[in-house]
Amino acid sequence: MAEKLLVEAINECFHVELERDPDVMVLGEDVGRAGGVFRATAGLRDRFGPDRCVDTPLAEAGILGTAVGLCMAGWRPVCEMQYDAFSYPCLDQLITHVGRYRWRAGGGMAFPITVRMPYGGGVRAPELHDDSPEAYYVHTPGIKVAIPSTPADAKGLLAAAIRDPDPVVVLEPKLHYRTLRGEVPDGEHIVPLGRARIAREGTDVTLVAYGSMVPLCEQAADALAGEASAEVLDLRSLKPLDEDALLASAGKTGRVVIVQEAPRVAGFGAEIAAVLAEKAILDLRGPVLRVTGYDVPYPYWQIEDAYMPSVERVVDAARRLLAF
Amino acid sequence: MAQVLGEERELRRVIGDGDAVADGEVAGLSEADLVALFRDLVLLRTYDERSVVYHRQGRIGTYAIFWNHEAMQAGSAYALADDDWIFPSYRESAIGLLRGMPPETILSWWRGHPAGWWNPADYNVASICVPIATHVPHAAGLAWGKRLRGEDAVAVAYFGDGATSEGAFHEGANFAAVMRAPLVLFCNNNYWAISTPLPAQTRAEALVDKAAGYGMPGIRVDGLDVLAVYEATRDAVERARAGDGPTFIEAVSYRAAPHATADDPKAYIDLERVEEEKRRECVGRYEGYLKRLGVLTDAQAEQIRAEAADVMRAGIAAAEAEAPADPGLVFEHAYADPPPQLAADLAELRRILGGSRG
Repeated sequence: MAEKLLVEAINECFHVELERDPDVMVLGEDVGRAGGVFRATAGLRDRFGPDRCVDTPLAEAGILGTAVGLCMAGWRPVCEMQYDAFSYPCLDQLITHVGRYRWRAGGGMAFPITVRMPYGGGVRAPELHDDSPEAYYVHTPGIKVAIPSTPADAKGLLAAAIRDPDPVVVLEPKLHYRTLRGEVPDGEHIVPLGRARIAREGTDVTLVAYGSMVPLCEQAADALAGEASAEVLDLRSLKPLDEDALLASAGKTGRVVIVQEAPRVAGFGAEIAAVLAEKAILDLRGPVLRVTGYDVPYPYWQIEDAYMPSVERVVDAARRLLAF
Repeated sequence: MAQVLGEERELRRVIGDGDAVADGEVAGLSEADLVALFRDLVLLRTYDERSVVYHRQGRIGTYAIFWNHEAMQAGSAYALADDDWIFPSYRESAIGLLRGMPPETILSWWRGHPAGWWNPADYNVASICVPIATHVPHAAGLAWGKRLRGEDAVAVAYFGDGATSEGAFHEGANFAAVMRAPLVLFCNNNYWAISTPLPAQTRAEALVDKAAGYGMPGIRVDGLDVLAVYEATRDAVERARAGDGPTFIEAVSYRAAPHATADDPKAYIDLERVEEEKRRECVGRYEGYLKRLGVLTDAQAEQIRAEAADVMRAGIAAAEAEAPADPGLVFEHAYADPPPQLAADLAELRRILGGSRG
């Protein structure tokens, strides 16, 4: 166990998984010579060679499309999309092929593709370096989605994604690549998909979050200390979703605030709210509230803080719910 | 760095017209090969013509017709080894027949029955690509991945003239070139993308000109000349297997049938040209060549046609004899390790259906 930055944990995962399984290969823009624009893949090209850590042409749909063929040839490709919003060209491949090919093949072929990308705002970056596109991926049949919030989970969920027999999209909170440090187990470390984590125990209200919103919710829980005991539930994977953990926490506190950075309408928070409406209605003591980004393009970075869910907005929602 | 060959603008042709244009020949093809190629052409032609009838009889759904594309499909496929991979578009839906796929499998696909979805690894034939050109990167990836593993296999991606306007074609072709993937990019240029003619698709004088932009050689071939197609593909496959990377083949034809059974081309097509194309259709052309060469008799040709008709009769009977698909299959195969909600959904569906099925 050693203390590591979140991006260092991802890098360590790659070194472990490429060493463990000779079929795992990494491909993406600038992942080889540069080691990735965030250095998530640093050292892989030198250690495993340019055929297992491949600098590709600048073509996101081509990266994911060739990954489909690489699977057919027996590889286990891990594709990097350089930024969240740069992944949109690959949605075509994701929707029309990656999520469907196993089904098309009658289950006869496996497509164990991992697509990982830095996501989210708060990093004072130009346009289209700040998006939270998880809903597009979760909505796509055949695709699983994981979003870590800690360095240990960043390593463990990526390892689970790489080993998973199905395509998995992993969104990594870029805001915390180099601002979040934590204990990371050495060697092989797996966090199974579909198991949520209680980041903070509480009894009065549940703050449901994932990725970069988890540390924010922990701060909100701190801010509420003395007036309410807030539980923070870190979903870790959106598909499969750990409904048991969600319903258990909602059953315990009776109050749920969902926090997501993505725009509100048809965001993943709406899915959580629907699950609660279907399966926890008698446990709830008030409405399910959402704190989200707004239904506008991610804003100019000088005023991005007004868009991002804040501790104040989360605390405000929790107080409204407690007073209901 | 691979040597970049100049692309050929002149149409490659082997088969003459039995008159002013003399017949050529392709070195390395035995008489048995020549007859086998005819058998492939007839099988595809029979499949296509019967499928249109089956559609009219309500026995299969909407069907994408490939009449007069048989020479492009059979000629190119004949240049492949069994380990080589085929990535068909919907226009090549029946190309698996040439790999031993039973016709009932493909007919079931057009009937929307789960029995029509095959495992690509069983035939080295990828799934039918319904969207345009998005399988080109798959073929590039498979070819590249095989090369990385030290395997010998080559891939062929089939697509039409319209597909060259798609981004996926560009990305796949460029990836293949950069990775020196053993890929053959086979463009069946039939001039029409449903109702859009080639000049509305591109300002390139010839589609083969695109090859130069990717740093790969291009070959332009008469798409109705099965021998020329075979030879062009063989050249491209040899080059790919030798490690020299991809080749772009433009096979030129003219779509003489509707795009699909749901299309009525009278609104846009040149009917005189269609009649002209029908007169020089590819199966009859090759049959004339073989007869001039003395390797095929009328009786043999009839025998081959009768065999193909029998194959199709048995195929449609087998497809229609498939038991109705269990609705539970809706939930099968999408995931190796499905999210738990799917099991709950299936249980609910079974309850509502009365638990009577499966």
